[in-house]
Amino acid sequence: MENIATTPKDEQRLAKFEEWVQSGEAIEPRDWMPEAYRKHLIRQISQHAHSEVIGMQPEGNWVTRAPSLRAKQILLAKIQDEGGHGLYLYSAAETLGITRDEMIEQLHAGKAKYSNIFNYPTLNWADIGAIGWLVDGAAIVNQVSLQRTSFAPYSRAMVRICKEESFHQRQGYEIMAKMMAGTEAQREMAQDAMNRWWWPSLMMFGPHDGDSPHSADAFRWKIKRQTNDELRQKFIDKTVPQAELIGLTVPDPDMKWNEEKQSYDHGRINWEEFYRVINGHGPCNKQRMDHHKKVHADGAWVREAAEAYRAKMK
Amino acid sequence: MSQDNQFPSWEVFMQSRPGANFIHQGSIHASDKKMAIQNARDTYSRRGEGTSIWVVPTEAIAASTTEDADMLFDPANDKIYRLPTFYTMPEGAKHI
Amino acid sequence: MTQQEALFKYLLRWGDNALILSHRLSEWCSYAPFIEEDLALTNFALDMIGRAQALLKYAGEVEGKGNTEDLLAYRRSERQYYNNLLMEQPNGDFGVTMVRQLFISAFEKDLFTELQNSRDTTLAAIAAKTLKEVRYHLEHAANWVIRLGNGTDESHERVQKAVNDLWMFTGELFEMDEVDRQLLSDGIAVDISRMQERWTGYINDVLQVATLQKPQDEFMQTGSRNGIHTEHLGHLLSEMQYLQRAYPDAQW
Repeated sequence: MENIATTPKDEQRLAKFEEWVQSGEAIEPRDWMPEAYRKHLIRQISQHAHSEVIGMQPEGNWVTRAPSLRAKQILLAKIQDEGGHGLYLYSAAETLGITRDEMIEQLHAGKAKYSNIFNYPTLNWADIGAIGWLVDGAAIVNQVSLQRTSFAPYSRAMVRICKEESFHQRQGYEIMAKMMAGTEAQREMAQDAMNRWWWPSLMMFGPHDGDSPHSADAFRWKIKRQTNDELRQKFIDKTVPQAELIGLTVPDPDMKWNEEKQSYDHGRINWEEFYRVINGHGPCNKQRMDHHKKVHADGAWVREAAEAYRAKMK
Repeated sequence: MSQDNQFPSWEVFMQSRPGANFIHQGSIHASDKKMAIQNARDTYSRRGEGTSIWVVPTEAIAASTTEDADMLFDPANDKIYRLPTFYTMPEGAKHI
Repeated sequence: MTQQEALFKYLLRWGDNALILSHRLSEWCSYAPFIEEDLALTNFALDMIGRAQALLKYAGEVEGKGNTEDLLAYRRSERQYYNNLLMEQPNGDFGVTMVRQLFISAFEKDLFTELQNSRDTTLAAIAAKTLKEVRYHLEHAANWVIRLGNGTDESHERVQKAVNDLWMFTGELFEMDEVDRQLLSDGIAVDISRMQERWTGYINDVLQVATLQKPQDEFMQTGSRNGIHTEHLGHLLSEMQYLQRAYPDAQW
């Protein structure tokens, strides 16, 4: 283990650090921290940042085809928020001693991941509704929990992000509700989007608690405050009644209300699919990464020019 | 170090209304001061919150650590004579 | 032409300019050279969609046939759009987009400064709001053209090419027809032909600071006043109007 203290001084510091975190206090970037804590955070925050930025693509796929001026405005504003949130998170990770360049390099090299959900395609306009309602809905459950994470810059970014994202889920649900109240073709699109996005949204919370590789440290250091399964259940319990209200069918025949535990039981999640997509074989893995790499390469001359200009102006 | 650059990092402070304190919002990247102000504006006032912006290169910030907090802040805690409530005013004194 | 017809056309012209350029800028979403610039370009697009909404809504009211801003934006065909040709030109590289923006925003700054005093109070109010946005767009675009012109050999070459390629679409910005003349005498429209000299002076200054050459070629494209466009507009519209056209009965 990397966090084993090697000198008496380090041992003291580790003890003090853990005591501090246990008492619910926040850690600032310049405070002493175990190397494993730093590494865990860099991995988690950069993955979170990459997810926001890659997540711009599936929604961006419909910007130029948005069906009204209002719809286009909302969608653009929402995608812009995702970009902004990626930026906040890159900055939070940078306080731990990694640069944005390095994070992007790790993404391109396949060493850093992003949320699996964005490897699925957006095939009709209702997918934009489904992403806002289900994908952002799932993300919000997770992010609300992360507002109390122990690393202060991450927590501060999460507080701001949660505040800003409060409209995201509502706009998605509004699209779904409007389409379900619309023509037959619109209802079909909405149900089709529901069928394709429901299960991947449940997978967003990650594997069952026993199968989650980084959980133990994350809890001890209060980076993570609630388990994957707890968060997933919370999401299901609030979302199923919303689906029923507008006439959408949840594509899970085993989904039913459990009176005793006062929440829903659900069917088996297809973890084979989850791992297959994580390992690169989802519908859009290659497309998303190619897009990011191309944009990055296409913009290089602009960034170089700005740096050259600054050097000349000195 | 990579060949590529994403520009230096800047800290952004914004004032929400005239005369108010400037409050730290977060960071952005930019290659020069003009760009830094514009990027700060486009990133941190998407919802129209602000009257003025400061940007400061991140590397110019010096910060203390939590470990030093006792040394830095505890000594001021018992100096209660700095508080107005420390003083006894004669009965009936007004506007003081 | 009645004053109502003239005003309708006049509003479509500025509404379409905002609509079409906002669409082009929205195409940058997730394609900008770095994330901060992605947010900036989206802000521009959002400003312009808002402006298009206000102008087209008002145009529909003036027309009086029950057309909403969405029907005007999504249900007309190519020949019924009156945006300047410059708006519909493809994004190209980042240099092309910034030069296009510089040319347009420099024009719009003068246009909306004067339209603030239009005797049509609705138009004047839209102009006053727009002017604040346009001043920012102009500064952003001018700063970038200066950076790119002075940056590397590659950026200098690219941005010079952008200036050369787009130059022939700038003359049209200052064209006036009977719509302008009729509304000008009523104090509603403004004399845009008078703005050209000021515009040219400003652009010359920026190009000089950017170490770029003003093109010598005097040839200028024209057509948008009569709804004659470049081939690019049709493709833009077929993408933009897809859902509205494919599902005409649907509400979104």
